[in-house]
Amino acid sequence: MSSPEKKWKTVESGPHSYEEALHPVVRKNYGKWKYHEIPKPGVLKHVAESGDTIYTVRAGTPRQDTVDMLRRLCDVADKFSDGYLRFTVRNNVEFLTPNEANVEPMIKELEEMGFPVGGTGMCVSSVSHTQGWLHCDIPATDASGVVKSMMDTVYNEFKGMQMPNKVRLSTSCCAINCGGQADIAVVVKHTRPPRINHDHLATICELPKAVARCPVAAIRPTVINGKRSLMVDEAKCICCGACFGACPAMEINHPEHSKFAIWVGGKNSNARSKPSTMSIVAHNLPNNPPRWPEVTEVIGKILTAYKEGGRPWERVGEWINRIGWKRFFEETGLTFDDDMIDSYRHARTTFNQSAHVRF
Amino acid sequence: MEGAQKAASGEVMQGKNGGSDGNGKFLNPTPMLDELEKGPWPSFISGFKELAERTEKPMLRGVMDQLEYSYNTKMGYWKGGLVTVDGYGAGVITRYSMIKDKFPEATEFHTMRIQPAPGLHYNTAMLRELCDIWEKYGSGVITLHGQTGDIMLQGIEQDKVQECFDELNQAGWDLGGAGAGMRTAVSCIGQGRCENACYDNLKAHLKLLKHFVGPLHRPEWNYKIKLKFSGCPNDCTNAIMRSDMAVIGTWKDAIQIEKEEVKAWVADRGMDVLVNQVINLCPTRAISLKDGEMVIDSRDCVRCMHCLNVMPKALSPGKERGISLLMGGKNTLKVGVNMGSLIVPFMKMDTDEDIEEFIELVEGIIDWWDDNGLDHERIGETIERVGLKQFLEGVGLEVNINMVTRPRDNPYFKAKY
Repeated sequence: MSSPEKKWKTVESGPHSYEEALHPVVRKNYGKWKYHEIPKPGVLKHVAESGDTIYTVRAGTPRQDTVDMLRRLCDVADKFSDGYLRFTVRNNVEFLTPNEANVEPMIKELEEMGFPVGGTGMCVSSVSHTQGWLHCDIPATDASGVVKSMMDTVYNEFKGMQMPNKVRLSTSCCAINCGGQADIAVVVKHTRPPRINHDHLATICELPKAVARCPVAAIRPTVINGKRSLMVDEAKCICCGACFGACPAMEINHPEHSKFAIWVGGKNSNARSKPSTMSIVAHNLPNNPPRWPEVTEVIGKILTAYKEGGRPWERVGEWINRIGWKRFFEETGLTFDDDMIDSYRHARTTFNQSAHVRF
Repeated sequence: MEGAQKAASGEVMQGKNGGSDGNGKFLNPTPMLDELEKGPWPSFISGFKELAERTEKPMLRGVMDQLEYSYNTKMGYWKGGLVTVDGYGAGVITRYSMIKDKFPEATEFHTMRIQPAPGLHYNTAMLRELCDIWEKYGSGVITLHGQTGDIMLQGIEQDKVQECFDELNQAGWDLGGAGAGMRTAVSCIGQGRCENACYDNLKAHLKLLKHFVGPLHRPEWNYKIKLKFSGCPNDCTNAIMRSDMAVIGTWKDAIQIEKEEVKAWVADRGMDVLVNQVINLCPTRAISLKDGEMVIDSRDCVRCMHCLNVMPKALSPGKERGISLLMGGKNTLKVGVNMGSLIVPFMKMDTDEDIEEFIELVEGIIDWWDDNGLDHERIGETIERVGLKQFLEGVGLEVNINMVTRPRDNPYFKAKY
């Protein structure tokens, strides 16, 4: 790819420098902030030891953005926040201004442009998610479409602060779960072993790599029509799809058999309870583009029950720890079944090794 | 750039609920995708359409057609490859269409991962410049940000990658990580705005990633290493689960209490709220009332952040600040999800020397893993396989009771005596 007329010598600079990207008030008070308040949903007020104040206006974005959209956000920043903006890890955009008078006009303009102002405090925050059909090489669905469909249904919860605590959502297009652990997560669940494309396999796969990738040793070398190939012990296979990443001929994705599962109770923060991983509470939901109504319906049930029953500061997992899984399933109307009993590594740590029973 | 000015002037701006009826002159019909223009949340499809109709880039039309096809067949159609820039072995995520005969305009749709500034801070000059360069060479589609922490410039053809990179690089941008090497890092806003940030995570992030820029661009380890930098145990970057090395700010001494602010808080909200939402929710019962005043026993405090979150004006982290290092976080692939485990309970991170010392530690740990890990094994998996004790011996770290929730519950080990 080198062009003969190339003149520029690459500078391996790593991350972009940040100092010029910080608002002057941020730079002046760097490391010397005293406290913050949330005057209203979507707005933060931070006060420094010097007495300086900076207001933040936060708004949701589609994450899959375009240069046109980003230029419009730059216009907002130039007009109201002295030309500075930043993004959160949950794809929200933030504008920081020391000028309180800019807050309301900025909110008005963002809302008129279609960017919902919110995402602060006890809200349903935006979704951490992955690429899906738009760009990924192993997706069973399109995360961006699922996210858009979900956020349409929790639009008011994003803009308000009426939940017991913040709710973090994630979406993933395969079982690797790039979207991450979340209070509520929507993750693809394959339900059939991979179909092996033997013609394809011999030419594109390093066989030992695919064999080694299987966590339950279900993949073995074999010979098909005189060519080296692989076979799957279907009784052993746990339908994880790990082999597909190593070898595209192990076709795990299927339009009907790649389903959705819903998981709850993930938490990365250390506040109160230790960080926790998620538990499965619904599965076998269809992959139903373009709006995935079955998925958003389950999310709605969980959010409604949590909003109703959660105490202040309880995250979804903490709420369930208090009321117990039995009541969780009763109050959400979801059904516990035998596939939800863990059968993988450390499964016994999820068994109830006590006589504590809820009736 | 005329197109940019047109976009900036708002001529093509889509209002709220801005679904379009079908497509404009340039795009083919996409009835499935059109459904995603309905509803109040901003629509990525409306954004793509606006961009495609304005720029008339064939790649965008092809990708929209292929995406529409995916929505109908419920299958994905991208395959990988090996596009990169001179001297680098990673940073461009290669995508070729598997069905280019059907959608020739979507033949190539490569992504350039670009490392943003730590904390995801921008000024409009640098963001506009990035947009202009990207529109010149690529599709104009950008993800802010990928789960890796990168700016994802999505959609460029192989023969434009080098030129695009050269121009981006001149503007101060560099490619992000991919494959079995150091990866792009993520930081929370840190001391830029947050009163709880216990160290300068933006600076630590920048220095660490500059130090490891070689293995980031030329991956040659067993597998990836991800670093994330959170200013406090609220862990807004989700470092504990999303990174092999989670650098989380903390403090050693007592939580600072502003007594007058506690009184004002209680006067405003009532004693019930103090008891129910602060004292009762302390995970180690470190808070009690003494003669009506809130008292925290620091020996019992585990620095979880809860009381500080509820009473930000009255409480703040102690003065002796630094970081905890947790290692081994990863998601589900193969062995299942793994939370990071505490490896270094406390380290100062105040001076450049502190950061240098931390870099040396990280380097030593990665060297050990490079020698002892297996192919496609994350460092947390290696530690679990060989044993935490063996890992500590290998990298020369001292054992600390904070590394475990309790001593072992079985007698099966070989003692040194």
